[in-house]
Amino acid sequence: MVEYVMGFYNYWICVVLLMIGFYAMISKKNLIKKLIGLHIFQTAVMLFFISTSVKRGATVPVAFHRQGELLQAIEVQQFMNPLPHVLILTAIVVMISTTGVALAVLLLIYRRYKSLEENEILRSIR
Amino acid sequence: MRVLALLIVLFTGGLLVYGIEDMPRWADPQSPPSVHVSPRYIEKTVEETKTPNMVTSVLADYRGFDTLGEVTVIFTAGVACLLLLRKETE
Amino acid sequence: MIDRYENIVIQTICRILIPFVQLYGLYVIMHGHYSPGGGFQGGVILGTSFILLMLAYGLEASLRRLSLKALTVFGSLGVLLYSGIGLVSLLMGGNYLDYGKLPLPIASIAEIRAMGILGIEIGVGISVMAIMTTIFLAIASYDTAGEKNG
Repeated sequence: MVEYVMGFYNYWICVVLLMIGFYAMISKKNLIKKLIGLHIFQTAVMLFFISTSVKRGATVPVAFHRQGELLQAIEVQQFMNPLPHVLILTAIVVMISTTGVALAVLLLIYRRYKSLEENEILRSIR
Repeated sequence: MRVLALLIVLFTGGLLVYGIEDMPRWADPQSPPSVHVSPRYIEKTVEETKTPNMVTSVLADYRGFDTLGEVTVIFTAGVACLLLLRKETE
Repeated sequence: MIDRYENIVIQTICRILIPFVQLYGLYVIMHGHYSPGGGFQGGVILGTSFILLMLAYGLEASLRRLSLKALTVFGSLGVLLYSGIGLVSLLMGGNYLDYGKLPLPIASIAEIRAMGILGIEIGVGISVMAIMTTIFLAIASYDTAGEKNG
């Protein structure tokens, strides 16, 4: 039982964060609260992906060096997997771009409809 | 409405927890992501590109084409923001 | 529109701190080979220094130092530098973005690849700095009441 929990607890934490973000996206009526829910969802997906790159007893993926020359030979079991870190750097930049453009669109909506609540905007469209 | 949203969220959470049983364990050195391509990147990074930081050498040298796409994405987001929020002149 | 912050402590502290923040951002870009860091992280730190200038001194005083036209030129310059290095590699007979064929006067192939990595990280840093400041500027100088509209 303890082995089962210790094997999977990082995924459970990410699922809890995913569900918090998902609930905020589908049940809140203010548009900015929906945007914050989307942000939480993206952060939870990034945590989930990076947590698959850890190895037992491993350190940061930077080799031991002194001014560019290696101090000891590189062993694969000693360093973390660098590939998920690279992919998540791209995902962070995409998150920034999405949030920036979404905030610009929200400013235009406020100027046109004078409100940021979903039911008032839908009522003034019909 | 809120009760319906809560039920949907709990159902999706239950499905995800049920599907987690096939994932590799926490901190397993023999998990599939760490076995196929990463040992080559970790071993050859200093002798092929004199860069002890493995993340920078993979990001900028071995996978440099994806980073070109990413710089294009952030440039497009900046241009989109400027186009949406211009001052209206006559 | 963001106005000047009317408190002399904040104005003095921001004036002293901004050059040090920019120096730290340049260090993070240049030291990306040997410690965690690189182009994106250093570019965001450099963009943060300009946002601090806008928050402390108001939008008009900052736009006199760094106009919107200069920001768009910097944003395009970063992408041009990145694609330009790839194009030089293509013209010298290798693949696109193959740093081994750049015409630099250095002996070993591994060191030429390290210089190619440094070149594209500088391009990425310049572009990210300009776009961060542009997004903040566009959102902050938009009047939602529509009173300046013709």
